[in-house]
Amino acid sequence: MSNPKIEGYEFKPGFKGMSEDTGSDQTMFKGVHWGKAMMWIFLLSDTFIFSCFLISYMKGRGSTPVDWPNPSEVFALHVGGVPVPLLLIAIMTFVLITSSGTMALAVKYGYEKNRKMCGWLILATAVGGLTFVGMQAFEWSKLIHEGVRPWENPFGAKQFGSFFFMITGFHGTHVSIGVIFLSIYAYKTFAGHYDERKRGWFTSIKGDYVEIEILGLYWHFVDLVWVFIFAFFYLW
Amino acid sequence: MEETKKQEQTTTHKIGIYLWIWGLLFVLSFFSYMVDWMQFQGLVRWSLILLFMFLKAGLIMAFFMHLFWERYALVNVLLWPMTAIACFIWLMVAEFKYTLFTRLFYFFIGG
Repeated sequence: MSNPKIEGYEFKPGFKGMSEDTGSDQTMFKGVHWGKAMMWIFLLSDTFIFSCFLISYMKGRGSTPVDWPNPSEVFALHVGGVPVPLLLIAIMTFVLITSSGTMALAVKYGYEKNRKMCGWLILATAVGGLTFVGMQAFEWSKLIHEGVRPWENPFGAKQFGSFFFMITGFHGTHVSIGVIFLSIYAYKTFAGHYDERKRGWFTSIKGDYVEIEILGLYWHFVDLVWVFIFAFFYLW
Repeated sequence: MEETKKQEQTTTHKIGIYLWIWGLLFVLSFFSYMVDWMQFQGLVRWSLILLFMFLKAGLIMAFFMHLFWERYALVNVLLWPMTAIACFIWLMVAEFKYTLFTRLFYFFIGG
């Protein structure tokens, strides 16, 4: 992934390498594309935002004396009259993991300069993301129809709605933004911008398949956040 | 410079590793869904949820996000701030317990 090769600098592994990288009076993240380092820093800040949401949810749920709605019943789907607990959420989870897998493969094929394969896999990832957002819209409208509001709901503690809409809404926004960027990058890949090292729209920097990896980091992060939301909001 | 050589060879990884991680993520997701399906309750439920959650998160970060192959300078900058989140969780657990206590006390027993 990183391609560490700097003239006159020896890369050492492990913590010794870390202390030398950090104290070498040069760039700290050696062999790491600056865009990738910046994406990681952004994702770190995003981690803090989502942590604050989930921690406030924990605080809200823990401090109410009223019973919390049972997610297993609230999010059940009726298949042939029989309620199947968390069915839609499980499908959404599998769709998001599938799209994460196609993204990982897209990054791999991108580095191997396999333009077509990379482009199709990015497109498949975008379709997965779109499916996810569609199912989330269905879930939201179903709950709104059942009377769930940010200030009240028929199932239990009033705080449930506000946390639900805030957390899943913020995650859904991330997925939607991801789908937009995936579509743009799929176009750029198919058009050969990375093979020809063509410049981007607002930059003089030449295109490179490392951009696919940076996009992939964002997409995997969206999947990562869903892992935590699934565990804490839907299963707990 | 052996390390450099090794790094160059692993610039792209074999497809097998991604497919394996992909499969493992499916299996782990299935297990965490089963936790709800089987209606485990209490400590068993919470520890299983956390176990599968951390395994999934670890696999995604290590292999899909390539942290396993990154240099420690980057990995440590990303992972140490998580201790701040752990501290925050610990603080807020103390806070919600106190809030719950005061609510129960004043709502149901009376001040």
